[in-house]
Amino acid sequence: MVDATVVRELEERAADLRRHIVSIAAAQRSHLGGSMSSADLMAALFFRFLRFDAKGNTYDHFLLSKGHAVHVFHACMVELEQIAASELPLSGTSGSRLGGHPTFRAPGVEFATGSLGHALSVGVGIAMGERLNKSDKRTVVILGDGELQEGSVWEAAFCAPHFGLQNLIAIVDANEFQASGSTAKIMQVEPIAEKWRAFRWNVIEIDGHDMGAVVDALDSAWHAANPTAIVAHTVKGKGVAGVEGTGRAHYTRLTAEEAEATLASLGAKR
Amino acid sequence: MSSYMSAPPHLAAIMELARADANVVVVSQDFGAGQFTEAFPDRHFDVGISEQNLVGVAAGLAHVGKLPFVLSMAPFVSMRGFEQIRDDCAYNRNSVKIIALFTGLEAGPWGVTHHAMEDIALLRTIPGMTVIVPADSNQVGQAVLASAAIDGPVYIRMAGFAADMSPIEGMDALRPGEAGVLREGSRLTMIATGTAVRTVLAVHEALARDGISARVLNMHTVKPIDRGAIVRAAEETGRILTVEEHTVIGGLGSAVAEVVAEIGVGRVRRVGIPDRFCTEIAPYRELLSICGLDTAGVEAAARELIGA
Repeated sequence: MVDATVVRELEERAADLRRHIVSIAAAQRSHLGGSMSSADLMAALFFRFLRFDAKGNTYDHFLLSKGHAVHVFHACMVELEQIAASELPLSGTSGSRLGGHPTFRAPGVEFATGSLGHALSVGVGIAMGERLNKSDKRTVVILGDGELQEGSVWEAAFCAPHFGLQNLIAIVDANEFQASGSTAKIMQVEPIAEKWRAFRWNVIEIDGHDMGAVVDALDSAWHAANPTAIVAHTVKGKGVAGVEGTGRAHYTRLTAEEAEATLASLGAKR
Repeated sequence: MSSYMSAPPHLAAIMELARADANVVVVSQDFGAGQFTEAFPDRHFDVGISEQNLVGVAAGLAHVGKLPFVLSMAPFVSMRGFEQIRDDCAYNRNSVKIIALFTGLEAGPWGVTHHAMEDIALLRTIPGMTVIVPADSNQVGQAVLASAAIDGPVYIRMAGFAADMSPIEGMDALRPGEAGVLREGSRLTMIATGTAVRTVLAVHEALARDGISARVLNMHTVKPIDRGAIVRAAEETGRILTVEEHTVIGGLGSAVAEVVAEIGVGRVRRVGIPDRFCTEIAPYRELLSICGLDTAGVEAAARELIGA
């Protein structure tokens, strides 16, 4: 079990990320839900697990397969002082370097994504290559649960255990919603964990908002003997009262009142 | 060493590269890599029947400094793997080299699902892509060796499953982006790519017997296309016949016509697979004849173009 102070510190980081995301969603319609749902996972990754080189780029590999959750990534870059917080509300506007998906115009982006179902295969290739390179680098790929409807995800899922890629970690941000409604209604993706188990992955199922569980899961995956899939059950739009856990959370603009209430509930900035 | 000597041209070339560069790897899908696998067992990954994954995995390998050669079947990798080629290789700047086999109508009676007649058109729309269609086995090896030095993804359309790819006498060494001038001529220019080069050389001889002087260009690189060679052909010979084992829509003929239309000089006639599926059950050579891609069909088109 991870130390309670570490958990508290990472929870604070996650709150910081959510504040940044709210600053975007208060200014414009945006992919709020998937960014908020993965904020705890991202906080643990970027502020505890992923290693960085001297230039501030990730030493380990990070691929955001659910590229529309780009705002939480940009929020991490703000915390890493690669992006100014004032840039966030201007995302997507003329002259901004922050788009609606990870692109090379933004700092820190290792792989540009957007079309779903791409990055796990790329992660498999990276993990194969790093093994040939005799490197200790880990490769982390975050997928959405709606994204699991893409067949290409399962082509890649076949591959990783077949090649014994223990240096690859897939995280499913299972927030139960996709663009036009709940996954249960549009196309049922459960049981998610059983699917990955059937594809011979080491599977860890957690509450994706329980920071202690997130850290323990990543710690275990980091040192596992097999490729690990962390199935993180999350709430779409987590932290925005009245919006979280609804279909509206996927792509929306927050009213001034909603934004204010969310910031208040996230607590005062340290 | 004896097994190396008998390796098909693409594998022989990849092995030559692999001996000099430890980063050379092969990724295939339910596709043996013969002598390469024997020589470099740790550097061949067969990912099974999964074209999207195949290209994505190769992009990932390139991302960490590997030089991946993808072995796959042309119709499947070019269409099912298209978005991965576009996004993961070209857009993400990963220098994956794709060797696409079973090209054009080579699969013959296996049918339409296995005919690769759209790949050149599709692939040449991708920014930063290089599309090479070698005319014989020597050019296959040259294309593979040259592709390693190209900064960006390369698609090599490699015939040979059914087509004759034996060395063509007097063929220039393939230099990407530079059309080979195989015959000089003044009355028309025949621009061909891949398997059609051999056919056009035969047509050249038939026309020559009647005193018709035809220029022959081997446009092995369809992207980036040799614009200068097309402009010279249009200005110096006026009429241009394009010949390719590919749909007439979007391939070599279209690429040449785009250049000619922009300069406003010359006239183009395209010979290729007509805009229909080749549903006839027949061996490869017969399908070519049905599509007007045999020597007789191409010669008739050439004569019609110049009114002879």
